[in-house]
Amino acid sequence: MNFPILTAIMLAPVFGLLIILAIPAREHLTIKITAAVSTFVSLVLAIYAYVKYDYANGGMQFLQDISWVPSFGINYSVGVDGISVPLVLLTAIVIFTGVFASWDMTNRVKEFFVFLLLLVAGVFGVFISRDLFFFYLFFEVAVIPMYLLIGVWGSTRKEYAAMKLTLYLLVGSALALIGIIALFLYAANQLGYPTFDIQTLATVNYDIGFQKFVFFLMLLGFGVLVPIWPFHLWSPDGHVAAPTAVSMLHAGVLMKLGGYGLIRAGVFLFPEGAKYWAPLIAVLCIVNVVYGAMIAMVQRDLKFVIGYSSVSHMGYVLLGIASLNVLSINGAVSQMFAHGIMTALFFTVVGNIYHKAHTREIARFGGLAHQMPRLASAFIIAGLGSLGLPGLNNFVSEFLIFMGSFTHQQAIFGGLITFRTLSILAISGIVITATYVLRVAMKTFFGPRKPEWDYLKDAHGVEMVPIAILVGTLILFGLLPSLQIDVINSGVAPLVAKIEAAKAIGGIF
Amino acid sequence: MINNAWLIPVFPAIAFLIIVFLTRRVQLLSALVGIVAIGTSFIMSIGVLREVLVNGISMENPVEYAFTWLGIPGYLKIEAGVLIDPLTAVMLFVVTLVAFLVNIYSVGYMHGEPGFSSFFSYLALFGASMLGLILANNYFMIFFFWELVGLCSYLLIGFYYHKHSAARAGLKAFVTNRVADFGFMLGFFILFAIFGTFNFRELATAIPNYQDTAFLAIAATLVFVGPIGKSAQFPLHVWLPDAMEGPTPVSALIHAATMVAAGVYLLARAFVLFASLPTVMLIVAYVGGFTAFFAATIAITQSDIKRILAYSTLSQLGYMVMAMGVGSMTAGMFHLMTHAFFKALLFLGAGSIIHALEEQDIFRMGGIYKDMKVTVSTFIIASLALCGVPPLAGFWSKDEILAGALNHGFTGLYVLGTVVAFLTSLYMFRLIFIAFFGKRRAGLHGHESPFTMTLPLLILAVLSIVSGFVGAPFVSHGFSSLVYYGEPHHVVPNYGVMGISVLVALAGIFVAWVLYGRPSDVPTKIKHRFPFIYNLLVNKYYIDEVYMWLFRRVILGVSYILNWHDRHVVDGIFDGVGRLTRASGHKLRYIQTGNLQTYALVIFSAVVIITLWIATPVFGGMLQ
Repeated sequence: MNFPILTAIMLAPVFGLLIILAIPAREHLTIKITAAVSTFVSLVLAIYAYVKYDYANGGMQFLQDISWVPSFGINYSVGVDGISVPLVLLTAIVIFTGVFASWDMTNRVKEFFVFLLLLVAGVFGVFISRDLFFFYLFFEVAVIPMYLLIGVWGSTRKEYAAMKLTLYLLVGSALALIGIIALFLYAANQLGYPTFDIQTLATVNYDIGFQKFVFFLMLLGFGVLVPIWPFHLWSPDGHVAAPTAVSMLHAGVLMKLGGYGLIRAGVFLFPEGAKYWAPLIAVLCIVNVVYGAMIAMVQRDLKFVIGYSSVSHMGYVLLGIASLNVLSINGAVSQMFAHGIMTALFFTVVGNIYHKAHTREIARFGGLAHQMPRLASAFIIAGLGSLGLPGLNNFVSEFLIFMGSFTHQQAIFGGLITFRTLSILAISGIVITATYVLRVAMKTFFGPRKPEWDYLKDAHGVEMVPIAILVGTLILFGLLPSLQIDVINSGVAPLVAKIEAAKAIGGIF
Repeated sequence: MINNAWLIPVFPAIAFLIIVFLTRRVQLLSALVGIVAIGTSFIMSIGVLREVLVNGISMENPVEYAFTWLGIPGYLKIEAGVLIDPLTAVMLFVVTLVAFLVNIYSVGYMHGEPGFSSFFSYLALFGASMLGLILANNYFMIFFFWELVGLCSYLLIGFYYHKHSAARAGLKAFVTNRVADFGFMLGFFILFAIFGTFNFRELATAIPNYQDTAFLAIAATLVFVGPIGKSAQFPLHVWLPDAMEGPTPVSALIHAATMVAAGVYLLARAFVLFASLPTVMLIVAYVGGFTAFFAATIAITQSDIKRILAYSTLSQLGYMVMAMGVGSMTAGMFHLMTHAFFKALLFLGAGSIIHALEEQDIFRMGGIYKDMKVTVSTFIIASLALCGVPPLAGFWSKDEILAGALNHGFTGLYVLGTVVAFLTSLYMFRLIFIAFFGKRRAGLHGHESPFTMTLPLLILAVLSIVSGFVGAPFVSHGFSSLVYYGEPHHVVPNYGVMGISVLVALAGIFVAWVLYGRPSDVPTKIKHRFPFIYNLLVNKYYIDEVYMWLFRRVILGVSYILNWHDRHVVDGIFDGVGRLTRASGHKLRYIQTGNLQTYALVIFSAVVIITLWIATPVFGGMLQ
């Protein structure tokens, strides 16, 4: 494998944005086509990488190393394993569909796509980095454009939301940065030479106290991004304010950086630290799941519903990670993928309706299925995914998380409850989710035809591209989950082996 | 044929795809695709049944084949597989037959509907899911299709989505079933946690050797919560009467004959689990018996023809569940089969009447038997079968349930079941006397339905008459030597039980005739004499009201509080921190605008300071 495919995936949007910089700002269509082509290149390469990834052997593949700052042990080194390759694919799908979802953008089109492509290059970079320095660098590249994308192109309370989101994420990443620096110094001291290579860092034998300390920093830093309760509020506000494509990336991909970071820079490097903090994560994630879902039930704005539903669903990812076993972590990674696709679908539909109706207030709608049958179907499919209907990807993910956490017998609070108790609470989330998702679908799409909406046109032509791709992906992995889980498990198995080899350590509670 | 049995659900699945992607715009072609697909499945099911009978495939030596659908080596193996024993074969036959007839009937019934093609696509999807459920060889797969039939039910109940009531009924059905599925899922999770498999046969060999019966009992009770939802047993029965908002063929197929019976089928499939746990069996028996009685009392006071039938379905499902609980798995499955035929016929007959009159209130009908001879006469045949009048189908199967209860020592449930039999004849013939006979109401123009609708009625009428004979005591090698738990057995006629149940059924019809068969003011008098009981029954014991109160006041109430908390308390704290920073900044004259660069600078400086702190060797030791 000589062709640096991962670098190409990451650089394709960068090339796209450089070309867009050269295009006159009024050439909207040319700009959009350029963005579509560059992300399509990423998508094709990501599919290729996913298909070609040899999960029978597992490990990091499609490696590429360039020495960067040897004195600090910083290398541009990339590669993907079974955990990151689905997330690269997810990012490629979401950005490609996101470009189509922004097809009707008319305001400062050029700048919008420049920042959008920059953001996505950063996200790709995070998922492919094997070097912690670049991991963090790309992470920041992904966060900063978000501020502008929401602050300039957003809607409801956009400046407030953009500021809030950026502050949360910056504080979070600052905490992670402290953790990374502490880790770097500790490892350099132990190894006798400086390195940022994650694999090498993982071989260091960290002291338990240090693990507890740094894992906590990582938990806060990446947890904000997931988002873990009570640091979740940037996310519903951000979702609501962001333009469609940004919401898609934001909920579809950006939150996964948190989950991914927690696995890669948290659990993988500090298994004992993870064991210590797991009960805290598990308790907080139940709050995410149940509290998020119940709040979603009483929202008046369609985007707030989806925003809080993301808070709820990402709680399942946290539960999967906290349970620290093969089934649950497979489920967590799969859930990151499935939730990303599902929520992108939700935002495509809602964005489309908002663009045409100029409102997202649920109470004003009703009977929209008469005017927009395709969008209604797409919304219901996304909703069915979100409530975990068999045949869609999310079911597989949630099922694995539930199985994993249900069979995890660790006692919490001095044996008062176990993970199984928490898992039962989490599973009850499927009832609440079904209630709010279908209630919203009913209030928005069902009921008598309202003539005031008769001018609304159903999705057609280019608008159907993202819907078809996202629905197709959900169904494909829902019906043939081994296409996904075989790959993920090749990355999860060594991780869990490391966790199991780690010292048994009691949890914080 | 058995080796190709996996194709049986595949045909309707393909039909679904064809209708959705290709024939959507050509209505009759969509219907044809649906009918051909389910017809093929029906023919194959006959083939499977024939091979089961000829090759002597019994409950002990079924045919099973599977492939791994999702596997994580060493941790998880989920199979997609087929298990064929006589239980499967009988269910396949019943479901494909009824589905085939309902598909044909729908061509006439749904004629001219704007969603004609969608309707047939949903029916095809339902067929595929239901048949997948029947063939499943493990809990996971049955759950998979269990949810999909629930989806089809949701879509079809809400088919007339322009009606608020239909949309709400669909939501109610889905959410109520979700509550049940939550329990079901936990139940088979426990089984997996104990035994490490979902497979029915592997569990059947492992369960009898497992010692911790208390834990197993929890699992079994939770698994039973699934049927409580799907087969609409008390207290999760509330969705089924509302489900009548769907088109009537759907009520016949999904909400009477097949899907709602899936819960009973699951009990039969998992019977080895329940049979080993007497306490759980007791719960099953009493939930079933209570539902049978409870629903029958409501049926007496309802005035909507479909709702009466819906409560009747609840009541009959209660019988089946009770049969499972008292240990007569054979009787329960036998009644499932006969009930599928006569209840589908009742609903299709009601559909034929609604189609002609566009009216569902029985008090606004009357005297229509002259206009709709086929519909009315087949409806009466089905009613007699339901009431258990010999020699019609319901007589044999209901009798076996009652005899089973008595033989297994459940005298109380036997008496309750007999009372229900009386109530059944009462509410059915109340309906018949009021709606079909008596004075003709003004403005009603009945006419017989088209051939596509009456043909299925006639076929089902024949089945309602003869299908009971396969399990009748005078038939050797009948139903009980085919579908059984433990040993194949021969039904010993219990003439006492038979005699009493016939008398009770006739008594119910007689009382209905006295009260409603001729002009009489007795019903009104009873109403005024016992207003409390009447109101309780006509309002369905106010259970819906209680649930609505719980949802609106408690669940939504808590949600509003949480929302407020999130927006004001949690957000308030963080915004407060922000304001505090800015305010102190004002005082210190460092930060004047609160802009991002300043914040970033503050954060960066903080990082540098903390890093230096960590990096300093003196303090570095403190970390450890």
